[in-house]
Amino acid sequence: MSFLRGFVRNRGALVGAVVLLVVVAAAAAAPLLYPSSPWRMVSRPFLAPLALDRFPLGTDALGRDVASGLLHGARVSLLIGLVSTAVALLIGVPLGAASGYFGGLVDDVCMRFTELFQTVPSFALAVVLVAILQPSIASVVLAIAIVSWPPVARLVRGEVLSLRSRDYVQAAVTVGQRTSRVILVQVLPNTLGPIIVMASLMIATAILLESSLSFLGLGDPNLMSWGYMVGAGRTRLIDAWWISFFPGLAILLTVLALNLVGEGLSDAFNPRLAREGRR
Amino acid sequence: MTEPVLAIDRLSLALPALADRPFAIQDLSLSLDRGETLCVVGESGSGKSLTALATMGLLPKAVKPAGGAIRLAGRDLLSLSERQMRDVRGREIGMIFQEPMTSLNPVMRVRDQIAETFEAHGALDRRRRMDRTIELITEVGLPDPAAIARAYPHELSGGQRQRVMIAMALALEPKLIIADEPTTALDVTTQAQILKLIDALRKKHGTAVLFITHDFGVVAEIADRVAVLQHGIRVEEGTAAEVLRNPQHDYTKRLLAAVPSIVPPPPKDLAGEPKAFAVENLTKTYKGRGFFRKGREVKAADGVSFSIQRGETLGLVGESGSGKSTVGRCVMRLIEPDDGSIRIGDLSIRELSQAQFRPMRRRIQMVFQDPFASLNPRRTVGRIIAEGPIAQGVPKRVALEQARKLLDLVGLQANAADRYPHEFSGGQRQRVGIARALALEPEVLVADEPVSALDVSVQAQILALMQDLQKRLGLAILFVTHDLRVAAQMCDRIAVMQRGKIVELQPTAELFRSPQHAYTRALLAAVPGGQDVGSRIDAAVAIGSPAA
Repeated sequence: MSFLRGFVRNRGALVGAVVLLVVVAAAAAAPLLYPSSPWRMVSRPFLAPLALDRFPLGTDALGRDVASGLLHGARVSLLIGLVSTAVALLIGVPLGAASGYFGGLVDDVCMRFTELFQTVPSFALAVVLVAILQPSIASVVLAIAIVSWPPVARLVRGEVLSLRSRDYVQAAVTVGQRTSRVILVQVLPNTLGPIIVMASLMIATAILLESSLSFLGLGDPNLMSWGYMVGAGRTRLIDAWWISFFPGLAILLTVLALNLVGEGLSDAFNPRLAREGRR
Repeated sequence: MTEPVLAIDRLSLALPALADRPFAIQDLSLSLDRGETLCVVGESGSGKSLTALATMGLLPKAVKPAGGAIRLAGRDLLSLSERQMRDVRGREIGMIFQEPMTSLNPVMRVRDQIAETFEAHGALDRRRRMDRTIELITEVGLPDPAAIARAYPHELSGGQRQRVMIAMALALEPKLIIADEPTTALDVTTQAQILKLIDALRKKHGTAVLFITHDFGVVAEIADRVAVLQHGIRVEEGTAAEVLRNPQHDYTKRLLAAVPSIVPPPPKDLAGEPKAFAVENLTKTYKGRGFFRKGREVKAADGVSFSIQRGETLGLVGESGSGKSTVGRCVMRLIEPDDGSIRIGDLSIRELSQAQFRPMRRRIQMVFQDPFASLNPRRTVGRIIAEGPIAQGVPKRVALEQARKLLDLVGLQANAADRYPHEFSGGQRQRVGIARALALEPEVLVADEPVSALDVSVQAQILALMQDLQKRLGLAILFVTHDLRVAAQMCDRIAVMQRGKIVELQPTAELFRSPQHAYTRALLAAVPGGQDVGSRIDAAVAIGSPAA
């Protein structure tokens, strides 16, 4: 597998992948290590990290365990990152594919529609959407997906545009394959590389967006998330720094790791770089 | 005895560890005197281009000189530093590249690009540079030098750009000019002019020319001496007359035998065969799209009519932009024609919608030009061939079974079905492309330049394969090509296209014996090498070597 070898050779990507694995493991282990709700008040408020062995990261203003919040928050962040990216791909890929393959009027309509979303600042749009729909995990996912699909559509359109005139696509038309099959079998698999790269970076952006929304108090009120924890602790940043610091660090590391992995994937998918790497 | 301008002495170039052979070039010795043209000939992968790059000191980083010397007027170029080499390039060696479309900077005026050569070497003052630039543009035979000097590259044709490249190479009157396939991307008539120009300039300035090419026709036109390269080893060297008339090495003999002759073979007897395919008054106009003004209109096909009998091959010949490929794609309905009728047997297909035509597509199939672009890299060869029958309703298992039989028919092993396209060579891929077209058992085959991306020995095999299959299956073939040698060997009749119109349509033998139209005559006269080189394509080679 030269692809895997190319990816592993990139040290940054490898570090990113390891960090991501740790985050995934933490998310998976959360209900085992902290079976009770992270919202439960378990001790004295403002307990510093390591002041008590049971609370290695201390407690927050209401006496909730920061470590428990961190692990449960990982579940929410990853879930929202993955699901909203998946939804964004479900909107963006078909739209971009249709736009690029059919061209003409279809292309014009699809692209003007896409631009409509691109002209509005994405964060402002997300805030408005969540505020209208009432904060819940579904509305947050939807809002993030709605603001992040346009670049996917544009990317897929560009790739499809250059692929559709390839001889092997034309050949599939000449043997009588149906248009839907031509797009699905001949065109889209060859756009997979750039889409995967973009998706990995989109997950990072989605996590950031979710954190920002939660920071503003627009997250799902029933779910502990990193953004909410940062937001809740911000007023006591000076005397109880740990409340905001650890979730903030978690966001930073996760987003950084996703970016590193994305970059590694993009290098591994680029055959020219892969060849030079092999020298 | 005077010293040669260029002496390559036992040069070896090492390839990186994972390459298919340890040396790109092994123990290569060449020498080139003042005013002489040496053609280095070989197929792709023979190391001919690396020879040129090594001389220019422009080797890719992965390729390292492993011994020997390249002496330019006695000075070993391999021992020079990058800085010294930079001074040698341009001043002592000029270079002409293959692709005139990409070797000029698109945002720089022609005069500035030529003047840059002087500037880089600190030659002449500003005024003299411009004067000399105009002189050079005049010398390479460009019309209206003052206007050309002000033009940007996109305003020039391919041939004109190549002349600009030559002007740049000549600017500092180098001792040696290296031309790496300088006419391969050009039309035949332009190619003939450029070859004449290079030869005239060589005579006038006494420059030595190292000419890299794959085309024996070009060799016959321009070479004083010829060196034949195979897998990085010089297998034969001699004067042009010796090598072309009386080749000694087996490889040279095989290469020369694979060059199609311009003398057509005796015609086939097609009397009584039914008409399989007919096109009448086919018209396609490309319109530029603009919001406020009417775009430019190009008539790519203008009232094109022809018909093909069962078992017959009709050649569609012309230069780039003549509309021959447009016609090929219009009859496949990959491009929608504006007007005209297309009939396969008794079925008129122009009026059908794409959905109605889809099940009829099995009756007309296409072989594409570039075997590297025409196979989906993510599907196995078996799936690629079976796609057509599956789309037409054949059960998958049966279609895959047929695909194996077809691979056998086109001279590949049946187990090739499980492998991916990148595991095959160009010639093998083209065999897969042909198998895909035949999978639907078509009556009509449209072949769009099916061999122009292939090496000459592979080309001969593919052509022989197509002839053989035609004989066995009674195919009517529309053969689109720019190469009159190929057309002479393959086609029963030839239609010559110019600016969207068929200007002449005649049986092949008559067309070559007594061309009626001036354009046909110009095309025939421009075929490099004329009748000096070439032999008949024999159907026997088809089965002979499936490895290619």
